[in-house]
Amino acid sequence: MNVSTENKQNWSKGRLKGQNRLRLVVFGFVVCFAVISGRLVELSLVRGLMGDHKARVTREARLPRPDIVDRNGMLLAADIKVHSLFANPRKIIDVDEAVELLTAVLPDLDVKKLYKQLGNRKRAFVWIKREMSPSKRAEVHNQGIPGVGFRKETLRIYPNGRLAAHVLGYVDVDSKGIAGVEKYLDDQGALYTASLADPLKRAALPAHLSVDGRVQHAMADEIAKAVEHFKAKAGSGVVMNIHTGEIIAMVSLPDYNPNEPKSAQQSEAINRITTGVYELGSVIKGVTFAMAFEAGTMNMDSRFDARRPLRIGRATIHDFHAQKRIMSVEDVFLHSSNIGTARMALAVGLEGHQAFLRKAGFFDRMVTELPEGAAPILPKRWGKLTTVTAAFGHGFAIQPLQGVAATAALLNGGKLIPPTFLKRGRDAADGLAVRLVSAETSEKMKHLFRLNAQKGTARKADKLAAGYRIGGKTGTAEKVIKGRYSKNHRLNSFVGGFPMENPQYVVLVMLDEPQPVKGTYGYATSGWNAVPTAGKVIARIAPLLGVLPRAADLDEAKKGKAKAH
Amino acid sequence: MLISRSDRGLLARWWYTIDLPLMFAVFLLMAIGVLFSLAGSPAVADRLGLPHFHFFIRQLIFIIPAVFIFVGVSFFNVRLVRRVAFYGFLAALVLMGAALLFGPEIKGAHRWLDLGFFNFQPSELAKPTFIIVAAWLLAEGRRRPDMPGQVLAWSAFVAVVGLLVLQPDFGQTVLVCLVWAVLLLVYGIAWKYIIGLAGLAVAGALFAYKSFSHVASRIDRFLSPGDGDNFQVDMAMRAFENGALFGTGPGGGAAKRSLPDAHTDFIFAVVGEEFGFLACMVLIALIAFIVFRVLKFAMNEGDSFVALALTGLVSVFSFQAIINMAVNVSLMPAKGMTLPFISYGGSSLLTMAFAMGLVLALTRTRPVVRVQAPHLQAQMA
Repeated sequence: MNVSTENKQNWSKGRLKGQNRLRLVVFGFVVCFAVISGRLVELSLVRGLMGDHKARVTREARLPRPDIVDRNGMLLAADIKVHSLFANPRKIIDVDEAVELLTAVLPDLDVKKLYKQLGNRKRAFVWIKREMSPSKRAEVHNQGIPGVGFRKETLRIYPNGRLAAHVLGYVDVDSKGIAGVEKYLDDQGALYTASLADPLKRAALPAHLSVDGRVQHAMADEIAKAVEHFKAKAGSGVVMNIHTGEIIAMVSLPDYNPNEPKSAQQSEAINRITTGVYELGSVIKGVTFAMAFEAGTMNMDSRFDARRPLRIGRATIHDFHAQKRIMSVEDVFLHSSNIGTARMALAVGLEGHQAFLRKAGFFDRMVTELPEGAAPILPKRWGKLTTVTAAFGHGFAIQPLQGVAATAALLNGGKLIPPTFLKRGRDAADGLAVRLVSAETSEKMKHLFRLNAQKGTARKADKLAAGYRIGGKTGTAEKVIKGRYSKNHRLNSFVGGFPMENPQYVVLVMLDEPQPVKGTYGYATSGWNAVPTAGKVIARIAPLLGVLPRAADLDEAKKGKAKAH
Repeated sequence: MLISRSDRGLLARWWYTIDLPLMFAVFLLMAIGVLFSLAGSPAVADRLGLPHFHFFIRQLIFIIPAVFIFVGVSFFNVRLVRRVAFYGFLAALVLMGAALLFGPEIKGAHRWLDLGFFNFQPSELAKPTFIIVAAWLLAEGRRRPDMPGQVLAWSAFVAVVGLLVLQPDFGQTVLVCLVWAVLLLVYGIAWKYIIGLAGLAVAGALFAYKSFSHVASRIDRFLSPGDGDNFQVDMAMRAFENGALFGTGPGGGAAKRSLPDAHTDFIFAVVGEEFGFLACMVLIALIAFIVFRVLKFAMNEGDSFVALALTGLVSVFSFQAIINMAVNVSLMPAKGMTLPFISYGGSSLLTMAFAMGLVLALTRTRPVVRVQAPHLQAQMA
């Protein structure tokens, strides 16, 4: 008993008055750890997982920005070192003197703003002038103003100016990509950019575009001439390698000069190949033909009744050059019969038609390296009339590049290959390819395309690019103006390939609202403007691309000319 | 080697009285510290033009004496703890005085003594020894009314804080004040005094804000981000964002390359970037485990000296970790505070090992305590 009493006394003596307050201490620490954990959730999870931190990682890794060259190594974009002037207002001793000296050398500085900037002692860093010439830098340096200094910065230059501007995009004053491949290098393509960099040497291999500068220039030149000659609002074009999906040239006029990014801000300067979506019209008919061949509802011997307009509910489908007869498959293609094409699509059925268009990629946003890809505009409900109009390229709007990719699949043996703006090999392309149609269907399509150039609406192109065995489909789409199809506002196009016995390249040419001019006999349909433009483009680029003209065809063309004379 | 329970040798007694979960938690923390040092320090070494693994190798070299100190000190009995701490405290005061007079000026402060091999920071030693001395004085003062325990403890506190203010070392001053407040709280002074002292502390902080320009500028920068130089904190926040859930992987960090103190004060951000949110939570959980385990011991402790000492020692550990992490996640103004066992730094590592060794020594099961345990008492009664 004694022991326990003694112990009890010791116990009460040993215990501290505030020992139970330790619970409070524990509680305090729990709160602290919880608050820190909560903040971590905010930073790492909420901001980290939602934000665009990947892009920033690459920027902060300070990877050297690669030069951009065309497929043959011609320089399209490069960094040069320039000096930018900054000040530390806390270290500036005499603001008046500093302002006076600086404005003496740099008269375009805003004096009031400069006073305000340099007088703000709270700040330790303000930019005064970005990207100065070396001589101005030397002058300011020699003034020896305390508190001002220089930072080396890089300036992005585009030595070829407007050439392939829409592919390249441009950068902001911090050399951050804002558009085009430049933006791709910073954002989705960050891994690609990193793969070019040599981390030990602060150097990077150039990024090789798929674009060929010579072809790009030739096409831009011809389209610019066409836009001027036909008084069109705009013009655009694409050349794509049919087997690799590489974009060899992409033109969209009016364009801009990436050295002056402000010029890219005008709405006319949008990229009409990927940023704009259009109802492409008759150039889509090829897709309908291929679908009908694939579905087995049509063969080369099929016949289509085009004796009278097709009535779907309250709507009536007419033909532009109405033949008013029973037409063969070739006739429907050559005369671009809306009625015939609509009947093909109806034979396949609404479900099959939608499934095929989805397979052709028309229902999804096409993703390429260019961030400026627009999503298609699709009808909300798909009825019988939708199928009829979609058969000849109306009622749904897609990027023209999507039409090019699908056309390439019709002519290359049936493989739908995602287009790219970076250099790509055949093996890589085959790995990405999806079969859209069979090789037999592709053979039939090649025949129809070639026939249309020889006898149909694309004749003028074949004459102008004699010997290069081109094939193509034309389109004269009426534009929707104020909610109605307008007869006088047209989007004219040509899509085709060459050389047709074994196509290598697909070409698209589009003219926005070309006008009837002298020599077109009052017509402004595609055959009179987009087609000859495409012919001239092919005649210029085929030699650059190593496609040999066939002498027999040349002779024939000469004979034809001689006869005409 | 098998250790038998019947063995009454030094080692066997140690093995069976030591708190093994606590010991292994500290070992784990040390190991993680070395691992994380590999992530944080090469970038800094590269920037300073030192060999790539300069800081990592030094961390490895320091970890060896740290382990010996940690384990060695854990063998101490309560009396030896008091004795060593007492002489250690006197030495720390003298050395702090010496640093003030003869120490080199680094970043505007006289905190270090140049020992040739490394710069020693005596205030690091002052923290654990001050706690032991103060705890002993407070506990003894209560047991023996003839001894002016509280007065002496207050004088020790004033001496330490005075020297810290003179250096000046704002962060350590705050830390010592916080720990002192916890000691007084647990010691059992009345709430009215606590509130009064809190008011005094606020006044002191305002005084510090007015009189030390670098303290003021740091707080200003924290309170109004946007103007002024917030570079480290911004980079730290970006590091966490970059890391997200699983981190960028070892060596994959980008923000760490821009963090000047990536290997010391901002190592937590580097962990967040390279090993991600999960690693940060594991680290917090490990630290919290150590803190709460020791506080549980303190709560059940029958000896007032041991209870106070444990509370104080683990509070330093806890406050330091909390302040460091709070600065990293930008909840507090930037302040030179190391993350125990994780941040690079010889003085910090060795004295933290010493402090945790003391904790381990004081949490050993002692025969006296067992008799005093309440449930046994009930049995005996």
